[in-house]
This record gives sequence, C-alpha cells and structure tokens, in this order.
Amino acid sequence: MRAANLITAAILAAAGVLVVVDAVRLGTGWGTDGPQSGFFPFWLAVLLIGCCLAIAAQAVRLTLPVPFVTRKALGPVLAVLGPAAGFVVLTQAIGLYVASALYMGFYMRWIGRHSWAAIVAVAIGFPVATFFVFEKWFLVPMPKGPLETWLGY
Amino acid sequence: MGFENLLLGFQVALQPHNLMVAVVGIALGTVIGVLPGLGGANGVAILLPLTFTMPPTSAIILLTSLYWGALFGGAITSILFNIPGEPWSVATTFDGFPMARRGEGGQALTAAFTSSFVGALFSVVLITLFAPLLAEVALKFGPPEFFAIQLLTFSSFIGLGGGNPIKSLVSILLGFILASVGLDIVTGALRLTFGVTELMKGFDFIVAVIGLFGIGEILLTMEEGLSFKGASARINPRVVWETWKTLPRYWRTFVRGSMIGFWMGFKPGGATPASFMSYAFAKRFSRHPERFGKGEIEGVVAPETAAHAAGVAAILPMITLGIPGSPTAAVMLGGLIIWGLQPGPMLFKERPDFVWGLIASMYTGNVIGVVMVLLFVPIFAAILRIPFGMLTPLIVAVCAIGAYSVHSSMIDIWYMLGFGVIGYVFKKLDYPLAPLVLALVLGDLAENALRQSLIMSQGSLLIFLNRPISGAITAVALFFFFLPALSLGRRRLKAPPAPAASHPDHTP
Repeated sequence: MRAANLITAAILAAAGVLVVVDAVRLGTGWGTDGPQSGFFPFWLAVLLIGCCLAIAAQAVRLTLPVPFVTRKALGPVLAVLGPAAGFVVLTQAIGLYVASALYMGFYMRWIGRHSWAAIVAVAIGFPVATFFVFEKWFLVPMPKGPLETWLGY
Repeated sequence: MGFENLLLGFQVALQPHNLMVAVVGIALGTVIGVLPGLGGANGVAILLPLTFTMPPTSAIILLTSLYWGALFGGAITSILFNIPGEPWSVATTFDGFPMARRGEGGQALTAAFTSSFVGALFSVVLITLFAPLLAEVALKFGPPEFFAIQLLTFSSFIGLGGGNPIKSLVSILLGFILASVGLDIVTGALRLTFGVTELMKGFDFIVAVIGLFGIGEILLTMEEGLSFKGASARINPRVVWETWKTLPRYWRTFVRGSMIGFWMGFKPGGATPASFMSYAFAKRFSRHPERFGKGEIEGVVAPETAAHAAGVAAILPMITLGIPGSPTAAVMLGGLIIWGLQPGPMLFKERPDFVWGLIASMYTGNVIGVVMVLLFVPIFAAILRIPFGMLTPLIVAVCAIGAYSVHSSMIDIWYMLGFGVIGYVFKKLDYPLAPLVLALVLGDLAENALRQSLIMSQGSLLIFLNRPISGAITAVALFFFFLPALSLGRRRLKAPPAPAASHPDHTP
C-alpha cells in the first residue's frame, strides 16, 4: 500500500510539473485582457505538487502493511481489463457491433464457461438489439466496419 | 404564485407520454441500481445520448426517473444480497440483511421503499418551496458570488467528505486540470495539448463518469470476487400492509432522517454521510440500541429516509444555481446544456414549463417508483442471478457504447478505459471520485467566474471577501476548507495521535 501511494503521488506530481511547464509557456500573469491562459492551471498544479508531497510524507509515516493488490486478486482484474482492451482495439478495426459479439462470445466461453447456445443467443442478440435501439430508433450511430458496409449501412 | 407554477408543472408531468417516460426510466434505473458497476451517475451518463432527440422536459424526466430507480435498486441489493449497490446503501445492509436472512426480507424491503419515498417527498416539498426563492436570490449573483459558491462546493468535499482531506484536494485539482485541457475559450490558446490533435477537444466528463464509476467499479467487484448468494423475499400485499401498520411508530426517525438528508444533501457528497448520520442518531435515541445491527426495522428506515432525501436535495443547487451537488446531478446538468438550455437561475424565468415539469415529475416519479418496486421486487432481484461471466462483458460493452455516443469519437472509448483504471486505483487508495467529476464539469465555469471577478477587481483576490454575499459564502468555504486542519490541531492538543481510521467511501 505504501509503494502504491508513493507511486501514485509521484505520477501525479510529475503531471503537475508538466502542467507548470505548459502554464509558464502560456504565461501565468496578467495579460491585456485579464489573467493569462496559464494563470489558473499554474496555481492548480503548484497546489497539486504540494499535496503530493504531503501525501508522500503521510505514506512514509503511517501506512498499514497491507499490499495494494494480492497476486490472487490481480488475476480476475486483468481477466476483465485484458479482454476489454482487446474489445476496444477490435471496435476500432471492425466496428462496435461485430466486436461486441466476438468479445461477449469469447468472455462467456473463457471466463463464464457458458453453453454454446447461451453464448450464441447473447453474443448475437445483444449487438442486434443495440443496432435497432441506437441506429434505428434513436439515430445515434456507432462505429461500423466491413460487415455493416456489406449489409448496406 | 408558486402553487400555480406547480400546477403548470403537473400538467406537463401528467401527460401520458411523460408518465410513460417515467415508468421506463424507473424500470431501467432500478435495473441499473441493482447491477454491480452500473450506478445512478453512469447509468444516466450512458443513457444521455439517447435523449438528444427528445424534447428537454421528457428527457430530464427520463434521467431523473432513472436516478430515483437507481436509488430504489440500491436498497434491493443491500437487503437481499448484503451488497450495497451504492455507497449510501451501506448503512441499509446493517439491519436489512439480517432481517432478510431471518425471512423478513419482505418487511425490510417494504420499510426501505416506504422510507425512501417519505424522504424523497420531504425533499421535493422543500424544493418546491425554496427553489424559486433561491433562484430569485441567485439572479442578483455576479461572477464573484458564483466563484464563492464553487469554492464552497469544493471545500465541503474537503471539510465534510470524511476521507483524507489532502486526497480530496488532489481529486479536485486533478479534475480542474483535466478540465483545462484543450482550447481556452477566452484567449484562444491551446492548453496542455503538447501538439497532440486529439487532446484539443479535451476530456468530456460524461466519458470520465462512465470510466471512473462503470469500468472502475467492475474491476473492483472482480477483485473482491463477489458471489451473489442472496436471501429470497416473499413480498405480497399482506406483508406490505402489515409492515405499513408498524411504520408510523417510527415517525421521529422519519422526520430526523428527512431533515438530516435534506441538510446534507444539497451540499455535495451528502447522501452517504447523511445515511450514516441518520443511522447513528436512530440508534442513539432508540430504546433498544442493542437490537441495531441484528435486524431492527428502524435501522433500515433511518438510512434509507436520509439517503433518498439527500439524493433528491442534490437537484436543488443544480436547477437554481447551475452547480450540481453530486456526479449524477452533474451529468444531468451536462444534459441541460446539450439540450440547449442554460442552467442557472434564469431557467425559472425562461423555461418555467421545464423547471416546474421537472419538479412535478419528482412527485409523480417517486409515487410511480415506490409502487413499481413493491410490485416487481422479485423480477429485479432475479437480475442479480445472471452469472458474472455474462454480466461483465455486457456492462463493458454498454459502457463503451455510452462513451462513444457522446461525441461519436473512438478516442473516448480509450479514455473510458483509462479512466476505469484511474477509478480502480483511486478507489483503492482512498482518493474520492465525486469531487474529481464535479471539478471536471465545473472547471470552465469556475475559471471564467474567477477571471471575470479578477478583471472586475483588477487582480485583487479581496473581491471575494469585500462583497457581502460572496464574502459570507467565502468565509464559510474557508472554514470548511480548514476544518480538517483545525480538528486535527484540537485532537493533537487533547490526545496523542491515533492511527487514522478508515472512513466509509462517500462517492455518490
């Protein structure tokens, strides 16, 4: 937990430094029309860096000796995050409808170990239902790929 | 005068179309409240794009009904499954789950829904009375007053939030910094883009809400490896009636819970502390405090009344000042802007049909809500029996759809994933998420108010203290801001430092 607190504080402080650098480039003072663009971000970032130092000090002094995440608990988390990232990559490549069908099918088989009948029903049913609700009724377009083009959308 | 307006509102809210919208909203909201990983805020965020083509009044009725539904849904999982769907239902599990295990799930649920209804009604009545007055006062506000209110909003997270005040401040600062990414509308300069074109548009808070609360929550749920083994509830008209007969004797708890809820609720982050406070008070004043935690019905009544009263009260600053009190209200505020309405006090003058339709729909929505949840509890509870292997990809896909449809942009789905990881890490390290979201929403408004105030005063910060209204608000804000430091100092004087206790999370 201590390491996680320190790392997070360090990342946030580094982000703060980045903001300060950009704010200085934009000007942090008084322009012709009031405060310059960098004024607000500059002071935010200065405060942020200060807070991160305080959190780091706190973390060094009093942290309970529990790990941020146990090795056993990390597995299920990555098992969600990995396929989800894969799903986003697929969405970019072949559109959301096909990607969500593949993603659901894969996840339900790999993690859920569902029967093929259930997998096919959900993995096909969900994208089809989404298509009608979003694309047809509410006219909100989703990313599409070759399959949709082939079907004429 | 107020009464006529309310009548006008009911004419809007009671239109068959709007009643149907309310029913759909509550049904969906209850489902969202029951499902892990989909709470009020991101449920509203995901459905927001679907309202783009609707008339604004129906759209806000859909979203608020969704919110009431989510509040009711949280009670179902707390009582039957011992899983608080929302942080403010944590206190409901203390006595609700023991009751359900004893076979009194029906009684606990009836008590919870009825208390929710009473708390909500109390807050709606107060909103009906006070919202026009507050809007009238707010019409006289200038930039310094608005900035002072923002200051108050964020200092109450620091002073009253309950967690680590420095971490609350970090969340706020991070939200403001993320809000400043992209084009500066005042000077036209590009900020924090570092030459990356994608960053020019900045970060949309709706995407942040979906990532932080949706994806982050799923990751947490998976890590805890929850399995849903719930008690079943028999709920029938006789159980409901028998329970209702016992409830009037807790009228004191109802009144206390409602008042605590309203008082805490119109300030940010209030619902969760309100529910705990109400529970603690009920226990202290009870003649049988030893029964609390073992399945005392009063222990269900107290937190539910307060949580729901607070949840409704959070709408008050949103419609009168244009400053949301909770992430859910923030998403609704975002909706208002997208539908072409200008949130703030002028709304009462320009669109009375919208404002009063919304207020009237809070009455109708809560009546419909309590009837629906009482009738359909078994169906809603059955949702939790959907296996995780099916639920997880469904929720992830729904979140992705919601994130994409805000701007029809692919990069938002990536941001959603990133915010999901941030949400997971922040939640584990006790950084509150609600202030981050509110800061991201209010960033531009706050910065503009600050700039305009400073232009008015030619650079002097004293303007916030010199004007009477903003001076008073700023003073309260500063008090809240330094409250943690003050109480720490006092504790140091009295006793040697004790190890920091872990606080309940207060992300609404």
